[in-house]
Amino acid sequence: MSVDKEQVAKIASLARIRLSDDELEHMVPELNQILGWVEQLGEVDVEGVEPMSAVIPNALRLRADEVDADPKTGGGRREDILANAPAAEHGFFGVPKVIE
Amino acid sequence: MTDLTKLGVKAIRDGVRDGDFTAREVAEGFNAAVADAAALNAFIVTTPDHALAAADATDTARADGKQLGPMAGVPIGMKDLFATKGVQTTAASHILEGFVPPYESTVSQNLWDAGAGMLGKLNLDQFAMGSSNETSHFGNVASPWRKQGTNAAMSPGGSSGGSSSAVAARIAPAATGTDTGGSIRQPAAFAGICGIKPTYGRCSRWGTVAFASSLDQAGPMARSVEDCAIMLGAMAGFDPKDATSLKMDVPDWEATLSADLKGKRIGIPREYRMDGTSDAILDSWEQGKAWLKDAGATIVDVSLPHTKYALPAYYIIAPAEASSNLARYDGVRYGLRDLPDGAGLQDMYAETREAGFGDEVKRRILIGTYVLSAGFYDAYYNQAQKIRTLVARDFEQAWAQCDLILAPTTPTASFPLGSLDDDPLTMYLNDVFAVPASLAGLPAMSVPAMLNPDGLPLGLQLVGKPFDEQSVLDAGLAIQNRAGFDHAPEKWW
Repeated sequence: MSVDKEQVAKIASLARIRLSDDELEHMVPELNQILGWVEQLGEVDVEGVEPMSAVIPNALRLRADEVDADPKTGGGRREDILANAPAAEHGFFGVPKVIE
Repeated sequence: MTDLTKLGVKAIRDGVRDGDFTAREVAEGFNAAVADAAALNAFIVTTPDHALAAADATDTARADGKQLGPMAGVPIGMKDLFATKGVQTTAASHILEGFVPPYESTVSQNLWDAGAGMLGKLNLDQFAMGSSNETSHFGNVASPWRKQGTNAAMSPGGSSGGSSSAVAARIAPAATGTDTGGSIRQPAAFAGICGIKPTYGRCSRWGTVAFASSLDQAGPMARSVEDCAIMLGAMAGFDPKDATSLKMDVPDWEATLSADLKGKRIGIPREYRMDGTSDAILDSWEQGKAWLKDAGATIVDVSLPHTKYALPAYYIIAPAEASSNLARYDGVRYGLRDLPDGAGLQDMYAETREAGFGDEVKRRILIGTYVLSAGFYDAYYNQAQKIRTLVARDFEQAWAQCDLILAPTTPTASFPLGSLDDDPLTMYLNDVFAVPASLAGLPAMSVPAMLNPDGLPLGLQLVGKPFDEQSVLDAGLAIQNRAGFDHAPEKWW
């Protein structure tokens, strides 16, 4: 399978990355080179093989049902969380208007 | 007095403990060496005060007769993929430039708790995507090594290239690295140092900038196997904040380190003998077999039939996970925001990500987005995950015949910066021997073997069973003892 310029533009839009016309031109052959190379995976017989879900078997743990059990991952850190925001306003993340 | 910057982790720690020198003298020595090595571009920011404060704490603790930690008095380099409280953390990207974490990653915190200090944040390939350290927003890192008779800047490998360059240049006794598909082992091999990626889950991923979460593992890079054993012991451990962290005790790898390999069976995978591998690499592999035999091991031929498919499967799985992980960089909560006048939210996302990500990162996000998109998911992503199962199964079957696997770390030695610029695929092939162990989550280490005819280092790779870092380190020590690799790059910086 290969992609054309229109498809790459569609992928870039799904990935929310603006690409100039020039960058699109560049990207098409590069992506096709990589996609052509991974095509060889199709020749492997995977009949009855499960896709890997966990590389090292590990059970999911439950934590205690407690608020702020670990203060590092709990709440109450609004200032820390907003400290790196490009536009923090009134204790919230500021974004351009989304509702007309 | 001896030049303290010539010392490794163990020698520094023991010397500080025994009162041969103070931790402050060590930190001052390395701070000066770092300041003098700007030409390598190994560091994105330096933190001499952090190193001095940790050193003073160690000296005070010693004076007070307190028990010192396993890394006490050792100043290290920290790959700039680990969040460090109050110190800029960028993943070598523009999109995170200026980001100052309000928290500390578990791995770095473990190291500080063990008594280590920080010389600075080390340069890397952007978001750990690269094999040559040419994708950083903060410029290429140069290897301290040069090809005999030339002055061309050589690649330190990647993505942990700031780490490998700094340790090889003796401006840091050790450094942290992370390995997703070879990013500790390949730069260690290029720079003539040691580096180990432990079993997936040994080191917490909490506070490490995510690339491909099912593959990412932190590990130490240092000049000896002993130093790696000490530092890995300090980095590893269960962390309730990482759902994939292993709830297992951390063995005392340093204490039980042994170069006696009697009774060990070393597997030589026939599929690793690939076209295009240089003669010098094949020679080093033969030499490695002889060294391990001399240490008491038996050599057996094994087969890992899906080796050929590991790298292409990796280049579906890793970009797929990256496209998802990097969706968080949207200009809202942290990092860069590019908001043209009058633009809406969607434009802000697209402009921010266009301006903030480098070409290789964009390429991988696009590949990942494509292979996960409707209509292609089964053909690409699901197929790759099935092949990942087969690659892991190959290793499981090999463990019936052997305890460890010996292979080259890389198909070639280091290359000049810029020489593979237009060829992403050839660049990817650097990790052809490293990626299978990553896909299977296995512990794997690179140890320097020899110099090639151009005077560049070559590494040998050891891969072990899950949780058996000890055997990997033991075999690494057996090679180290016999290789006697004490070459250092000549100072030009």
